[in-house]
Amino acid sequence: MATAPRPTVTDWSTDFDHTHPDYAASAPQIWDDLRETCPIAHSDRFGGTWLPTRHDDISTISKDPERFSSQGVVVTEFRPDIPAPMGYAPPITSDPPFHSIARGIMLKFFSPKAIEAWEPAVRRTCQELIADIKDRIKAGESEIDAAKAYSQHIPVRVIAEMLDLPNEDGDKFRGFIHNTLEAPGLDEDLPWEETIDFYLDAKVAERRENLGDDLISYLCEADIEGMPLLDEHVRGTIALLIIAGIDTTWSAIGASMWHLAQSPADRSRWIDDPAVRPFAIEEFLRFYAPVTMARLIAADTEFEGCPMKKGEWALLPFPAANRDPEAFERADEFIIDRARNRHTAFGLGIHRCVGSNLARLELRIAIEEWMAAFGDFELADPDTVLWSTGQVRGPRSLPIRFPS
Amino acid sequence: MKITYDRSACQGHNRCYMLASELFDTDDEGYAILLVEGDVPAELEEKAQLAADNCPEFAITINE
Repeated sequence: MATAPRPTVTDWSTDFDHTHPDYAASAPQIWDDLRETCPIAHSDRFGGTWLPTRHDDISTISKDPERFSSQGVVVTEFRPDIPAPMGYAPPITSDPPFHSIARGIMLKFFSPKAIEAWEPAVRRTCQELIADIKDRIKAGESEIDAAKAYSQHIPVRVIAEMLDLPNEDGDKFRGFIHNTLEAPGLDEDLPWEETIDFYLDAKVAERRENLGDDLISYLCEADIEGMPLLDEHVRGTIALLIIAGIDTTWSAIGASMWHLAQSPADRSRWIDDPAVRPFAIEEFLRFYAPVTMARLIAADTEFEGCPMKKGEWALLPFPAANRDPEAFERADEFIIDRARNRHTAFGLGIHRCVGSNLARLELRIAIEEWMAAFGDFELADPDTVLWSTGQVRGPRSLPIRFPS
Repeated sequence: MKITYDRSACQGHNRCYMLASELFDTDDEGYAILLVEGDVPAELEEKAQLAADNCPEFAITINE
């Protein structure tokens, strides 16, 4: 896709651009610098965007849906024209009171006890991918891109199974995700037949005719006060699961592997001390939180001295909140056994990630299985690791070498 | 040691349930249910502290 390069940013406090490759390359440093000098940055880009970097401010905005609406959650040049209350992808794009109705339907499917049942499927997926990688190593390959051979496939296969959609559609899912999250607003000229809405409309219609025990069927059977969900509601929720459930988890798995590849001490600790693993997983989530959400400012308001205008965006960089020294001791250090860790990787307030239990399960099993198979590995070349731009941060290529 | 849980602050992160399942269960939507009334058994004090220290919404409070 030929797109013009983003204009260079010279001052991150007045002209930041979260879709610029320079932001992808050094976002943690940019957040730390801004927190010290200009904790709520502003940019005229995308029609006006604010970037808070303190845990306190990110928390306050997350918990104020009246002033900060979820009708738009991905920053683009355009504003969503879907009427309230549902938004494009309920419940993430819904505001109260409809939000809690749409969310309640999803919470039952994604509760910790419901998600525990998926552990064998996730483990099987990871083991299959590892078997393929071992075959490639045996055949003489000395370097494996772990993002492309491992991390990116795990959430795709799990979601495909949950939705009872073919694994082979994974490439399609990744295309939808790229268009929505990493290159938002650039798909205006996309033919209708290539959009996620076209793809999902057909699947929802099929499922309405022939119910199964998958999540699409579950939504087709769900009701709100006795009325079945609208087709747009079912489609939007499935789109949400595909768009929000894949890129994010893939990013968390990849970033955790990137960390372990460079830390022999943390690899040893993981292998030798199983009791540290639950803490390690939460520290991966804190330190490498992939998701930055956004809100639309609902009416002109002043926030912490900043004149915010109706229709401007407020980004919520949860990973920046996770590195705020006011909220975390030794915030800039990865501490594998951190015992006090109120991280915000899954957001705060009423929009806490509905899939957090699934994401955490996938991250845990992915690392467990990888470490059991390959206790020793390193980056082939740290300079070739490519981090994604936009609102989801993670390594998109991760060349790994195994000691022979 | 006494423990209190604020249901109105809970957003179902499930950190308490994972760290201290002897003290917290979850309902069918994933919100926490505190299993003890007030006093924490001595052998669970460390887990109670962990649950409180890891709640992203500050919904759990410990009083000595």
